[in-house]
Amino acid sequence: MTTKPKFTMYWAASCGGCEIAVLNTHEKILDVDANFDVVFWPVAMDAKYKDVEAMEDGSILLTLFNGGIRNDENEHIAKLLRQKSKILVSFGSCACEGCIPGLANLSPVDEIVHTAFNTITTDNPNEIYPQTTYDVSEGELHIPKLFPILRPLDQVVDVDYYMPGCPPESHQIAAVIDLVIKVVKGEAELPPKGATIGVGDSTVCDECPRARNVKLIKEFTRIQDIAPVDPTLCILEQGIPCNGPATRSGCNARCPQAGAQCIGCYGPAEGVMDYGARLMTAFASVIDANTPEEIDHILDGIPDPTGQVYRFNLAGSLLKANREAWKRIDKRTQGE
Amino acid sequence: MSEKIGVYVCHCGTNIAGTVDVKGVAEWAAEHLKHRGVVIGREYKFMCSSLGQELVEKDIKELGLTRVIVAACSPHLHEKTFRTACKNAGLNPYLCEMVSIREQVSWVHTDKVAATEKSKAAISGGVERVIHNEPLEPIQVPIHADTLVVGGGIAGIQAALEIADAGYHVCLVEREPSIGGHMAQFDKTFPTLDCAACILTPKMVEIGSHPNITLLTWSEVEKVDGYVGNFKATIRKKASYVNTDTCTGCGICWEKCPKKVVDDVYEAGLGIRKAIYRPFAQAVPKYPVMDVENCTYFKNGKCKACQLFCPTEPNSINFEQKDEILEIQAGNIILATGYDLFDAKRIPQYGYGKLPNVFTSLEFERMCNAAGPTEGRVVLRDMKTAPKSVVIVHCVGSRDENYNKYCSSICCMQSLKFAHLVMERTGAEVYNCYIDIRTPSKDYEEFYKRVLEEGGHFIRGKVAEVTDSARLPEEEGKLIVQVEDTLIGKQRRIPVDMVILSAGIEPRHDAKEVGKLFGIACGASGWYTEKHPKLDPVATMTEGIYIAGCVQGPKDIPASVAQGAAAAARVLGKIQQGVIALEPIKASINETQCSGCRICNGLCPFNAIAFIEDDKVSSINPALCQGCGTCVAACPAGAISGTGFSDQQIIAQIDGLLLKNLEEPVAA
Repeated sequence: MTTKPKFTMYWAASCGGCEIAVLNTHEKILDVDANFDVVFWPVAMDAKYKDVEAMEDGSILLTLFNGGIRNDENEHIAKLLRQKSKILVSFGSCACEGCIPGLANLSPVDEIVHTAFNTITTDNPNEIYPQTTYDVSEGELHIPKLFPILRPLDQVVDVDYYMPGCPPESHQIAAVIDLVIKVVKGEAELPPKGATIGVGDSTVCDECPRARNVKLIKEFTRIQDIAPVDPTLCILEQGIPCNGPATRSGCNARCPQAGAQCIGCYGPAEGVMDYGARLMTAFASVIDANTPEEIDHILDGIPDPTGQVYRFNLAGSLLKANREAWKRIDKRTQGE
Repeated sequence: MSEKIGVYVCHCGTNIAGTVDVKGVAEWAAEHLKHRGVVIGREYKFMCSSLGQELVEKDIKELGLTRVIVAACSPHLHEKTFRTACKNAGLNPYLCEMVSIREQVSWVHTDKVAATEKSKAAISGGVERVIHNEPLEPIQVPIHADTLVVGGGIAGIQAALEIADAGYHVCLVEREPSIGGHMAQFDKTFPTLDCAACILTPKMVEIGSHPNITLLTWSEVEKVDGYVGNFKATIRKKASYVNTDTCTGCGICWEKCPKKVVDDVYEAGLGIRKAIYRPFAQAVPKYPVMDVENCTYFKNGKCKACQLFCPTEPNSINFEQKDEILEIQAGNIILATGYDLFDAKRIPQYGYGKLPNVFTSLEFERMCNAAGPTEGRVVLRDMKTAPKSVVIVHCVGSRDENYNKYCSSICCMQSLKFAHLVMERTGAEVYNCYIDIRTPSKDYEEFYKRVLEEGGHFIRGKVAEVTDSARLPEEEGKLIVQVEDTLIGKQRRIPVDMVILSAGIEPRHDAKEVGKLFGIACGASGWYTEKHPKLDPVATMTEGIYIAGCVQGPKDIPASVAQGAAAAARVLGKIQQGVIALEPIKASINETQCSGCRICNGLCPFNAIAFIEDDKVSSINPALCQGCGTCVAACPAGAISGTGFSDQQIIAQIDGLLLKNLEEPVAA
């Protein structure tokens, strides 16, 4: 065993993109290895949960936790790593605010399972669904049990820092790694607990080079229906719902620079309580209409409003989930 | 909890106490909100009375209150009262909040138990909110002593003269070539029948020669920047192609001008003018203007008769003249832009525009005017035959679900005046078809009686149709007015020679755009919205912008004059203060958080938001901001916050309303 501080990274309900973003820091990853003892990182190395369970509380210096809490396995590891880690970073959009898996909070679990296992693309004539327990000759087998809704990490355990993005940009990860190494060496101080790190202090528009004017929107259109997109003018002004005005800066306005609208993966700006509500009022404010019919017509240009304004943020929003999903939670808490 | 909060619950006589257990609420607050800092809960018959205010002042001094909640009427009414009381006792006035348990509770509920519980919740919300209030100081702004008056009708003229006579400079802007407005078109004014020009023109002359008045006719305001005390107006002075330094107003140019044009404005289409013209003899200023759309030279490049015959040296006609853009500084602005006449063609069944002998009220006014196209003779469209019988149709476009629901207020008296003039000048039979006769002002009812005594006929019924298709021999060649006489319950067909449509009055066609220019709003009918319909009719929600005359709603000459003078008095009051204290409830932008997305830029109803191109951030002018909160809600980055309405205050208030503060300690 070395005396280097311990580092872990875990993925709960996520896609794996966050791990790739970490590896995308290129040679910076060697600094991680040089300065840390990587003791647990399921996607990169073999380790057992029982090894983590055996560690002393607080013995891990830094844990990057990505993914939301969708099932009891996610919850168990979240609590375990919280217990064992000095610094727990909610890493990436899924852990911070639910991200795409969080959109499942619009549907009750049985509907989700049904959709996944019995749709046009999944032929299931005998209605066979996964069971959480199964008896075999060696004993009872378990697979993790789904919770009624997906929760961001901080709804389950105490979180020290937030690092948003889907995934966080590699240059931001590298900067954070550098900072932690400096802290370890006593050359820098940690930011205040609860801070959002690896981000800018404004919104995406701040980093977007496109020209902006007073906005008057007569029609919303999806980007695939506009050709060509003006490469120099504000995307929102062209009628494409762009989430940039509400989204925290830090990515260098990557999507708008590449000619696509911001979809909001860096989450709300500092101090904003509900990202989607902010974005809705902003869009509503720039609609150029005089009659309710005109307003309806313009809003018809946003066919999936929840997906538009809460794409990354539904599980972390004030409402957290829709009514149907909530009802099941009540049943569950009353039943158990 | 370091705050000491006093809660005062008002009975408002029985207004509140009739529905809410006021004593119970006060006791509840003292007991159940004690842990939130409430040290005293009192109830009183009338909190707004001197004795009620003294209760608050005494407690601030003796109990050392640091926050005050008054649960009474709407803050609209008495917020100032209680904040002043707090100030008198040495507490920053903005640490006092009102909770409306009258408008929002007792007046809208009948269930006493539920209303009492709702009052408790509302007070609990107020307490949680006031904990987060910060002491604020009013913003002091100096007042520029000049005033901009927009619109040179009788209301604007009156306002300008009042201010100029008091010794302050006024800039009066009028878009037509002369001031005078609609009143200059009339012949007689009701109910005294004195000549409109005789009473108006002296005032017009005074405007033209007043040392404190800059008159800009043939000009329009294009842009208004700034805020109360410091407005900057950009005015376009349209090219008149006449050099006013040398022109003597002799009239040779329009005498010689070969191009005749139907005068749709001043003569209401009944008379003609020339392409270079002065709308009427007593026009102020006396200089003509060129109508380039009709001028032969501007159309064909030939003519120049006006220049050729101009007797002045140097020649006063200048075809090269350009529009001028002027910038005017003003501390206050009075809008008196008047009204448009309802377009009678919109009611096709009344035949205006198709049946020649159907006239509008304004056409009739011009016809009666001695200086008008018929030199005061009342005649049919052939310009020679006097009518033997006339119907005057009231409420044309007014009190009508299809057009304007409101009463135009002037048409009854105007119609009675017409009836009198027709009888006086032609001896014709006159029928007034009315819905109701409304004569509520001084000497108006007497005038109605006079017209009745003179032999005017009155039919109570709304005219259905005016037609020339005769059914009976005596109807041949006549206009037939179909009307239900509701007093005898019969349909009547009245064959007459002439029909006068007493058209209503409407907001200017561009009232909405003009309102936006000055940062004021129109109501549902399109008239500008006053600050308070009863108690503050000439002020608007935008500080420093006043309204006078028909822009605020239909009214007659005496009322317009009164409003012009009232607006002037308000402006003079402001000028004499020298500085003005503005409410510190304002929005502000955190420049670090602002990304310059410009979502807020077009939203401010008061034009308080500017985009700073160099820094790529938006910025709010605190003197212009009225604290409405529109931009606060719209800012997607959460970069704009409203003083007194922070997220923290609002969330705390919601928690309080939901009585969460009773269950567990709320983090401060």
